[in-house]
Amino acid sequence: MIVEGTVIKLGDRIDTDLIIPAKYLKYTDHQYLAQHVLEPVDPEFSKKASKGVIVVAGKLFGMGSSREQAAIALKAAGVKMILAESFARIFFRNAINNGLPVMVCPNISNVVREGDYVSADLSSGEILIPERGITVRCKELPDIVIRIVDAGGLIEYLRKLGR
Amino acid sequence: MYNGQTLTEKILSNASGRAVSPNDIVEVAVDLIGFHDLTGFHVIEIIENLSSGTPLNPEKLVIAFDHLVPPPDIRSAEIQRFVRDFAGKIKVLNFHDIGDGILHQILLERYVMPGYLVVGADSHTSTAGALGAFAQGMGATDVAATIITGRTWVSVPQPFKVVLRGSLKEWVTGKDVALEILKVFKADYFNGMSIEFYVENPSSFPMDYRATVANMGIEFNADSVLFIPDEETTNFLRVERGYEYRGKFLPDDNAEYVDEYTLELSKVDLLIAAPYSVDNVKSIRDVEGMEVDTVFIGSCTNGRLSDLEIAAKIMKGRKIRSRCVVIPASRKVFNKALELGYIQILVNAGCMVTFSTCGPCIGGHFGVAGPGEVVLSTSNRNFKGRMGSPDSKTYLSGPSVAAASAVLGRMAEPGDMP
Repeated sequence: MIVEGTVIKLGDRIDTDLIIPAKYLKYTDHQYLAQHVLEPVDPEFSKKASKGVIVVAGKLFGMGSSREQAAIALKAAGVKMILAESFARIFFRNAINNGLPVMVCPNISNVVREGDYVSADLSSGEILIPERGITVRCKELPDIVIRIVDAGGLIEYLRKLGR
Repeated sequence: MYNGQTLTEKILSNASGRAVSPNDIVEVAVDLIGFHDLTGFHVIEIIENLSSGTPLNPEKLVIAFDHLVPPPDIRSAEIQRFVRDFAGKIKVLNFHDIGDGILHQILLERYVMPGYLVVGADSHTSTAGALGAFAQGMGATDVAATIITGRTWVSVPQPFKVVLRGSLKEWVTGKDVALEILKVFKADYFNGMSIEFYVENPSSFPMDYRATVANMGIEFNADSVLFIPDEETTNFLRVERGYEYRGKFLPDDNAEYVDEYTLELSKVDLLIAAPYSVDNVKSIRDVEGMEVDTVFIGSCTNGRLSDLEIAAKIMKGRKIRSRCVVIPASRKVFNKALELGYIQILVNAGCMVTFSTCGPCIGGHFGVAGPGEVVLSTSNRNFKGRMGSPDSKTYLSGPSVAAASAVLGRMAEPGDMP
């Protein structure tokens, strides 16, 4: 599975209170959540992401609460994939379960620039930046995870299996 | 030679039916599943979307309303009604409506056993590790799938051992130990690890303190935090539940850990975490004199009886200068604090004391922080905007610093009081 897009960069420790503040957690409507994603970091983020982007971030992306709305909001806003130096465990699972690919990529913040166009191969873990001829190695995703992501999330995957 | 197993490996081997090693991904049977109102409605939406007519496992399920208690707005009341109806429909026996307490405290008081595998739709499910359970918070989809199947998957974490040696100084509590660990290791270090705490002198580190440290386990970004069961665990189960625990969940003597760290409890000082990160740990002296607008004593981190006892000791016969909200973590804690006179003391000092709710910890209600305000809270997170306005500042501390600061109206230790 290949995912391509333009990069928006975020820093270390983007916590779930930043991704979607608690006051928005009383709803699960995807468009509502998308409007407020990362609001405290950049009120324009949702607009910027709407054309389809790849987020590159530092350490402990998604740390904090278990709120699944964090993964839902990012995906619904147009984030196609997140590449980070490390993830919080719960967020990583939530992203996969919602069909949002996430990969652990050591040192990626120092290599990838804002606005780079990248192409990511989930099975091999290779990230290409064609314009600059650079390849970044990430930790590849197991087949089962790629199948879940490809189906659009765990629920969709299980539904498919049931049929 | 046979390699012994850590407590983490024992529990996960038992739950998966095979001998596990770190980094294995294993399917496990789950003993207890918890959720509350704010995550619960999402879990139920997913269950209903996926499994119309599928039989569920209500006997393993514990539901407690705590985040939206009592409902601050119409939507919150709607959410609770939706969850309440679901609980009635599938006959959840362990259902705790508003006022019973915070989910994690109720799980400790009534349901968790050493060696259990606990999954909850809240990151602070880690609290159950205080009793020697392997407990993980998960998102709504994972929890919904666990309710439907009774199973989930986990990645077996790398085991790390922390030895707690000696005893704490006066006024220093479990919160300071959690902050000390964050000061030394920072919030990144334990990602992907399971921390097993061995308390050399069990009575020196009581269950309330263990619960605070295990609660903060998610702030260490650890996969799980477990206190190795000992006499304190057995005593707790006897006193709180009248249950004689004769269990077998202990690490083997030759268990292998990736590393080990010994903390001399007598060397731990009173600490605070400054905005906007839990590992931005400082001495009280570093913020001495800073005015505090509001103090919050409560939450699943520090709303237990020993926390209220410490606050009452400090506030006895005194008046507070900061605003102060006190929230016991459960009805049981509230009743006990009433009986022992702590509540009267706190009310006389000028605190607003209310029933169990998460309240201001998530910036929900009962004291949301306004722009520019300084909050000193005994809760677990000080991320930007966590307790209200993104322009407010939250400092975290244990109960003694919180109470002394409320009395003096500025950041202080109990020793600073006249």
